Amino acid sequence: MTGRFESVFLDVVTRAMVPLIQVFAFYIITHGHYSPGGGFQGGVMLAASIILLRIALGEESYRRFPREAGIWIAGVATLLFTLLGFVSILFGGNFLEYAYVVPGMDAVELRYWGIFFAEVFIGFLVWGALVAIYDALVTGGVEA
Amino acid sequence: MILELDFWLMIVLIMFAILALEVKDLLAAVGVLTGYSFLIALLFSALGAPDVALTEAALGAALTGVLLLASLTFMNRNSKD
Repeated sequence: MTGRFESVFLDVVTRAMVPLIQVFAFYIITHGHYSPGGGFQGGVMLAASIILLRIALGEESYRRFPREAGIWIAGVATLLFTLLGFVSILFGGNFLEYAYVVPGMDAVELRYWGIFFAEVFIGFLVWGALVAIYDALVTGGVEA
Repeated sequence: MILELDFWLMIVLIMFAILALEVKDLLAAVGVLTGYSFLIALLFSALGAPDVALTEAALGAALTGVLLLASLTFMNRNSKD
């Protein structure tokens, strides 16, 4: 079965490339705190993989990754990121001061995991938002 | 950092920038702009900024080109001026 361009090559290459792009994007997100890259760059790559599916496969990509999914992923990730910031205020720190997130744990360990989870939430936020921007652009800004 | 490579990359970069402004076909302009982003990502990484290079390669060379192409489907392909 081929997508909207009736080309077997495009279809096969797309289906082979997308998982590789996504694995590399998750690698960049989860290693963002001690190597180049981070949440934003990995999120852009995840969004690029979904947009590649949108362009090459057409309608089928909307069944796999619905139009509403982009906004939902971005919204939930923003909510979780904000919660992570406010939890440290509850325990006596500043906004996003990771050393106060869980009382009683080692501060260095907490900063490590705090930055890690902040990167993951930022990555998902960028992913959802950029896919939503692309969807809004191709539908001409009309609610689909 | 290799001086000769950086010199020629910079020359080609400036040529791409002028070409992206001067070319009449907007589809070709988007392609040239994508090439410009890729070259400047190479330059950033040669200058020792891999973080900026990764952002430029992912955003400038991949996503901006796609968004410009998507907006190009709504309008006339040829530039007036």
